[in-house]
Amino acid sequence: MYVATKGGEQAIGAAHAWLAETRRGDTALPEIEVAQIAEQLGLAADRVMAEGSCYDRGLAALAVKQAKGDLIEAAFLLRAYRTTLPRFGASAPLETGAMHIRRRISATYKDLPGGQVLGPTFDYTHRLLDFALAAAGSAPEPVPEAEPEPGNTPRVTELLAREGLMQRETPSAEEPGDLTREPLSFPAPRPVRLQALARGDEGFLLGLGYSTQRGYGNSHPFVGEIRVGEVAVEFTPPELGFPIEIGDITVTECQMVNQFKGSRTQPPQFTRGYGLVFGHGERKAMAMSLVDRALRAEEMGEEPVAPAQQQEFVLYHSDNVEATGFVEHLKLPHYVDFQSELENLRTMRETALNAAAE
Amino acid sequence: MTYDPGYNFAYLDESTKRMIRRAILKGVAIPGHQVPFGSREMPLPYGWGTGGIQVTASILGPDDTLKVIDQGADDTTNAVSIRAFFRRVAGVATTERTAEATVIQTRHRIPEHPLTEQQIIVYQVPMPEPLFRLEPRIAETKRMHALADYGLMHVRLYEDIARHGHIATSYNYPVMVNGRYLMAPSPIPAFDNPKMDQMPALQLFGAGREKRIYAVPPYTGVRSLDFDDHPFRPIRAPHACALCGSRESYLDEVITDDSGGKMFVCSDTSYCTERQTAREAAE
Repeated sequence: MYVATKGGEQAIGAAHAWLAETRRGDTALPEIEVAQIAEQLGLAADRVMAEGSCYDRGLAALAVKQAKGDLIEAAFLLRAYRTTLPRFGASAPLETGAMHIRRRISATYKDLPGGQVLGPTFDYTHRLLDFALAAAGSAPEPVPEAEPEPGNTPRVTELLAREGLMQRETPSAEEPGDLTREPLSFPAPRPVRLQALARGDEGFLLGLGYSTQRGYGNSHPFVGEIRVGEVAVEFTPPELGFPIEIGDITVTECQMVNQFKGSRTQPPQFTRGYGLVFGHGERKAMAMSLVDRALRAEEMGEEPVAPAQQQEFVLYHSDNVEATGFVEHLKLPHYVDFQSELENLRTMRETALNAAAE
Repeated sequence: MTYDPGYNFAYLDESTKRMIRRAILKGVAIPGHQVPFGSREMPLPYGWGTGGIQVTASILGPDDTLKVIDQGADDTTNAVSIRAFFRRVAGVATTERTAEATVIQTRHRIPEHPLTEQQIIVYQVPMPEPLFRLEPRIAETKRMHALADYGLMHVRLYEDIARHGHIATSYNYPVMVNGRYLMAPSPIPAFDNPKMDQMPALQLFGAGREKRIYAVPPYTGVRSLDFDDHPFRPIRAPHACALCGSRESYLDEVITDDSGGKMFVCSDTSYCTERQTAREAAE
């Protein structure tokens, strides 16, 4: 006799207990500490901060641990926490020109004010597995330190703009929209697009950015500059009336220089694709700046024909927490709908078979 | 009952609830119209009922009695999970009996037991836009709704008839609300569509990922799209429930062995259990 499946509650409890057990793994090994993740898997924590839209390395590392290293799950955890936080205002725009630079490279000039600073990069490493890392060893030798160059490091795009070769962005005093409070509507203004991209999935943006290089929306990009380092966050409390520094955050900024042939109203000049992400995330910042430029197609009078140029396509599908939820909801029960499809299909087959028999 | 002191009652902060209630009121004022709202990131995944959860959280009071169903059943895993969530963050009473509930959150079904004016049913909605398979651009579908330009949907249904002899949509079957807005009833079986028409209970629809809320006020006309010569026909497996014997309820097909054996049972577990209990009492 058929007995309906019962006991969902116990099953869920047991499944979660099992999850906790597999998270801990072999208890003969020491448990990984959150601080170790923040320090030694720093780029994972950075990605979770960026896609989780919440700058807190400690919480990001905790999320990585809780998610067993699944970074999208970790970003989801951080987002769900973020949503419970009060929002007490908007900071002043970051002054990335005054960044405390750790890495700064330009692909458009051999040398420039502020210099080329390689910083801690995988670039030019040979991707050979380092078996020495498999054995616990002593800390690496301290690296020699050079004196930082005096003065600020001006942005490359600013140098071009002064000559009129780079299109100026028109600053707006308006507080930018916030898509965590107001749903997207189209056409979406650029600040909202940039917010969506900054939170967007690295893999999705990478693929889209790549597609613009392969002819799906020609962009002809040059890396004007990538910079990584610490910038101060300034906030003006209403009771003070003047900005105060509330802390430093690490960000990666990429300014992509793109050709523009000019239009009826604008002379030929370079145009900008912009990328900014929390932490050290060059791949994401570069992909973001390619996609940002592609999304400006309409304002540039270019026909939006490629996927990367279509706002609704890009912005509705770049959020991995939304995407993973909806894709994975397919594993929820659908037997009610499936049942009606079964009956529907049986009727249709019957009609078709009867018609064939006649 | 008490709720988790680490969170506001029913999880969402009061200003978010107010924003959502405003969207609901607008939805009630314009039946079937999708109202954009500032959907929050919830601790459950998108696509798993975040819209319904936010609507429920915004309308729930401490005296409410909540019922949560998925596929008509109270004991499916996601229903269990959402019910446990509200027990934890709102501490409200929960029930599996349809008649006892004041708020019913549902995925994919409308209970068999008729709802009353004292009840609110909250649907979890994956895709609020009924036209999205015909026109994926939201900017464009918004225009079509504004102009009540629904010819595309009629053509699609007509094409079904031309190809198959009947309309081949069996769930999430499009409806016209109050003679004005085309609306996705959420993926309930077409069998449930007639229950929406002139329902005494308030019907609220929440789509979290798509950030839309819509509503059907009590006693509002909800008509499934059809043609004079091809009237709407709800689909139901032509059997009786193997447990309670109902010939009226919507049935799930259960595979019992690997040689074609199967049986049909009510998808609405509360309805089925009540009927079984009544039958046993009568015997």
